[in-house]
Amino acid sequence: MNPYRRHPFIRVATVLVYIFLYAPIVVLVLYSFNASRTNVLFEGFISSFGPLKTSGSLVTQSPCGPFHWFCELSRNREVGVAARNTLTIAFISTLTSTVIGTMAALALQRYNFRMKPFSQISLYIPIVIPEIVMGIGILTLFSQLFGVLNNALGLAGDSRLSLGLGTVIVSHIAFSVPFVTLVVQARLQGFDKSYEEAAMDLGANELVTFWRVTFPMILPGVLSGALLAFTLSLDDFVITFFTTGPGATTLPIYVYGLLRRIITPQVNALSTIWIAIVLTAVILLQRLQNREA
Amino acid sequence: MQSEFAVELRDVVKQFVTPEGNLLNAVDHVTMQIKNGEFFSMLGSSGCGKTTSLRMIAGFEWPTEGEVYIEGKPMGHTPPFQRKVNTVFQNYALFQHMTVYQNVAFGLEMEGADKNEIEKRVKRALEMVQLTGMERRKPRQLSGGQQQRVAVARALVKLPDVLLLDEPLGALDLKLRKEMQLELKALQQELGITFIYVTHDQEEALTMSDRIAVMSKGKVMQMGTPVEIYERPANRFVADFIGESNFLEGKIKSVSADEASVFVPALNAELSGVPMSKDFVNGEEVVISIRPEKIRIVDADAEKDGVFRAKVINSIYIGSDTHVFLDCNGVRLKVMEQNHISRLDPHSFYHKDQAVGVYLIPENTLVLKKEA
Repeated sequence: MNPYRRHPFIRVATVLVYIFLYAPIVVLVLYSFNASRTNVLFEGFISSFGPLKTSGSLVTQSPCGPFHWFCELSRNREVGVAARNTLTIAFISTLTSTVIGTMAALALQRYNFRMKPFSQISLYIPIVIPEIVMGIGILTLFSQLFGVLNNALGLAGDSRLSLGLGTVIVSHIAFSVPFVTLVVQARLQGFDKSYEEAAMDLGANELVTFWRVTFPMILPGVLSGALLAFTLSLDDFVITFFTTGPGATTLPIYVYGLLRRIITPQVNALSTIWIAIVLTAVILLQRLQNREA
Repeated sequence: MQSEFAVELRDVVKQFVTPEGNLLNAVDHVTMQIKNGEFFSMLGSSGCGKTTSLRMIAGFEWPTEGEVYIEGKPMGHTPPFQRKVNTVFQNYALFQHMTVYQNVAFGLEMEGADKNEIEKRVKRALEMVQLTGMERRKPRQLSGGQQQRVAVARALVKLPDVLLLDEPLGALDLKLRKEMQLELKALQQELGITFIYVTHDQEEALTMSDRIAVMSKGKVMQMGTPVEIYERPANRFVADFIGESNFLEGKIKSVSADEASVFVPALNAELSGVPMSKDFVNGEEVVISIRPEKIRIVDADAEKDGVFRAKVINSIYIGSDTHVFLDCNGVRLKVMEQNHISRLDPHSFYHKDQAVGVYLIPENTLVLKKEA
């Protein structure tokens, strides 16, 4: 065994890393049960159930007990709309970018073509480029394009093309595709083409070979890519901020809006639910991959 | 209509572009006829074109020139899934996400066989390779030898006209490999299916094959039975590649129907009655090839035709044989002697600088063209 494993420095560093990474999350979750309405200090849990009672800035009793802020949140129509928008965007962009990214990875692994080095490098550009630059770029593109199209097609009023859910989805697909492609590519590194040859040798045509052999074998990579795309889309703020329009508010944008007014424990409650969803997804995926391997 | 040949390659060329951008004939005008029910091996070192030839029969590659025929039908660009041949891959290529049963059943499912039929045939195939009871295992839970058997069962369950095997035993240890060689051969004889077997292991090819094609640099150097290949190599390359050979340079003195007299300057003697398989002319520069196990070491003072004086350079004991290296007038000769008696005394073995006689029996030698 490595003698340095028990060195005090290692222990201290480990504890510090954990505090640094997880203390904010613990605090955030804790505050979602805060009795204080201003959410500056933790004033204890709301311990009693019953009709809402307050004393000063403290909530002392609530029909939902300690889950008061979660109940408040569930009655908040704006949050409901934002959550639905966020999930709609996340599902559509994840599905689309996973399909495109997987196909791109397969093409890059399998074929040699003239623009291949360029294609490979161009994958990294959206990843390394500052998000704000990309956001502005996409916004410019959409407004120019929509201006031209609206004029050319003579669209007016409600039928005019404008920023909204659609533009957010397209931009999320755009920044997710490179991530999916790179993750799937990594999985394909060890994929021997003899598996596909074996399937075809045994009588499977190209399509059957893909669905029965190739896809199941690369599925763990595809799922990792999809999960990455999903989480990226869920919490994206910058690009969404630039490409969203009226009626297409997402949760990050909504939360940001709330913060400018007042930090209520509703925000914490929302974040807690959010963390729970993402954590569940990660654990499920981990389980699935372990079963595959 | 049944063709005489299970597989035929007619003047097949396969060209690849190397990473440097040059054209390379991986397979260079190869013609082969493989008979029905034959165990045919393609033997050669890596890069000789044997695997590429096999892949063209399977349909994974298409010939640049020439044509591959299966059961007399030109294959053209027929995809692998429409050819009645099946392949056992070098790395087995078992589907890791499927059980043994699912792997073997895969090919039958593709044929659209019904469930009962599939079950019956998979069961029989697994019995054939002695894997009954392993149906529910995943490939990674099997040993290398068992995986190899699954690969064979998966291909044979389709009852192909031709089974293609690409170095199927390469990953197994020596003992298991020898066992599997005999098993595969027995299986082939039992089923009467044509086997085309690619290997770089000459012993494997000699053990299993009815006929062998020795390949080098994309060309077939010789095609024949194991005995023909070993006892009558067509050229210096084959004589050197299959087994081992000593080469003595010489000049033809006279020729008769299938024998020649050759003057060997190094021995300052003429060897007569040396077999030859090609036409040679008087005065032609040739080499005489002699197998190490066909040379006899005799007493230094033995006076006999074909006995020459030599000195021991080195003697290596390898268990079943002793390899003796001799210096015969400046020519280095390798001799293999079987250790057919058990002895421990170190003095009973050859020692350095010992004077001996070598007996070159003319009918055990062969005249070959000088260039390889």
